[in-house]
Amino acid sequence: MMTLGFYPGCSLTGSSREYAESVVAISEAIGIELKQIPDWNCCGATAAHNLDKELSLSLPARILALAEKEGMEEIVVPCAACYSRLTVAQHELNHDEEMKTKVSSIINMPYKGTVRIMNVIQMLQKYAVDKLTDLIKKPFEYKAACYYGCLLVRPHEILQFDRVENPQTMDVIMSQIGAKPLDWAFKTECCGAGFSVSQTKIVGKLSGKIVGDAVDRGADVIIVACPMCHSNLDMRRPQIETYLQRKVQTPVIYITQAIGLALGISREKLGLQRHFVPVKIS
Amino acid sequence: MGHHHHEESGLAAEVKKATEVAAEKCYQCGKCSAGCPVADEMDYTPSMVMRMLQTNTPENDEKLLRSKTIWLCLTCEMCISRCPMSVDIPKVMDFMREKSRYDKKVSVKANDILAFHESFLLSVEKTGKLYELGLIAAYKLKTFHLTQDIAVAPAMFQKGKLHLMPELVKDRGNLSSIFAKTIKKK
Repeated sequence: MMTLGFYPGCSLTGSSREYAESVVAISEAIGIELKQIPDWNCCGATAAHNLDKELSLSLPARILALAEKEGMEEIVVPCAACYSRLTVAQHELNHDEEMKTKVSSIINMPYKGTVRIMNVIQMLQKYAVDKLTDLIKKPFEYKAACYYGCLLVRPHEILQFDRVENPQTMDVIMSQIGAKPLDWAFKTECCGAGFSVSQTKIVGKLSGKIVGDAVDRGADVIIVACPMCHSNLDMRRPQIETYLQRKVQTPVIYITQAIGLALGISREKLGLQRHFVPVKIS
Repeated sequence: MGHHHHEESGLAAEVKKATEVAAEKCYQCGKCSAGCPVADEMDYTPSMVMRMLQTNTPENDEKLLRSKTIWLCLTCEMCISRCPMSVDIPKVMDFMREKSRYDKKVSVKANDILAFHESFLLSVEKTGKLYELGLIAAYKLKTFHLTQDIAVAPAMFQKGKLHLMPELVKDRGNLSSIFAKTIKKK
């Protein structure tokens, strides 16, 4: 069993707890223990960088400084928004010595900026790809629309993850567990993200286009790796159906839940009962 | 423009100084506006914003700081990923939002969006994390959208997705001092 640092972020303790549950469950199955960063705080999300740049750098810096203090070299950050905020903040501080010193004094902690930040797909690529095939108990034989959203792949210059147009990493993993990934047009279009509460109608429209295209191309399931994408495509389904003017039953699940099913982990352990759109696939 | 004055002034110059993004590099190909998922909801599209910055007039600067556009930008980063000149428009938007708020020029059309961001940060300041129930309560009080999502909350609770009590960061003194030294300083 190897140990990696873990930053769940706020959504994974509340509205997206099934993402945390499934991340932990499959990590266990591939021999990884995830150790939470002690006393972690919120990354600041969209709100912080919209209102105050120094705050938007300091909140992630405190998290990374705590990980450094704990001696963590690599941390897994499943939420695409947290992953993006942490990576962007680390990049900006590594390229601005003056700001780095200032932020270190704001958080009142030493900050080096050396922790390697990984999303779940990077964790799987690095530590699971060679084991996954042997561990499969029940292939996930569904037509899957892999939805990457924004923050997993952009800003590309900083994240350096996958291709910015038509990314493939999730598709490759999904094929490995038996799925048939679809070619479709909305892989990296924005779902409306943080507007879920303040501009619900816009979210219905943007997420509606995404779900509509996936369904029209025959998807049995939409696969995501971001709590905001998930709640907009799942919890905002009534607004999506209003926009599309039709009923859509296609479920939206986390890539970790799909892998968990293929590994034979129980539905309850993967939190599949927590979605708004019922997940009937198994 | 620049060489006529000893020091450049105006919003474009402020943007450049704070973010190192040079609005003059934009040659108006319009890819950003074509790919922007909310361009049709904006008062000025992203490429128009860049052009307005280039005109360097006080009138256009004022229009931008009072625009709905800057608050509608989702920071999805599609524009920068397709810009042939790598003009970092999301960075410009962040700068203009921050300035618009500190200068008290936020468009009334962005009231709900700003209320959400402020409620979000209030929760982080008080608990260190996002406390979703607290966020919704604060947002409703700010906007008076009292009945919004009234059906969603019980379902979330039943699915185990809502905590009644917040999870607290232990070192909250450290958190409040981070807020005091940044967003509350101005």
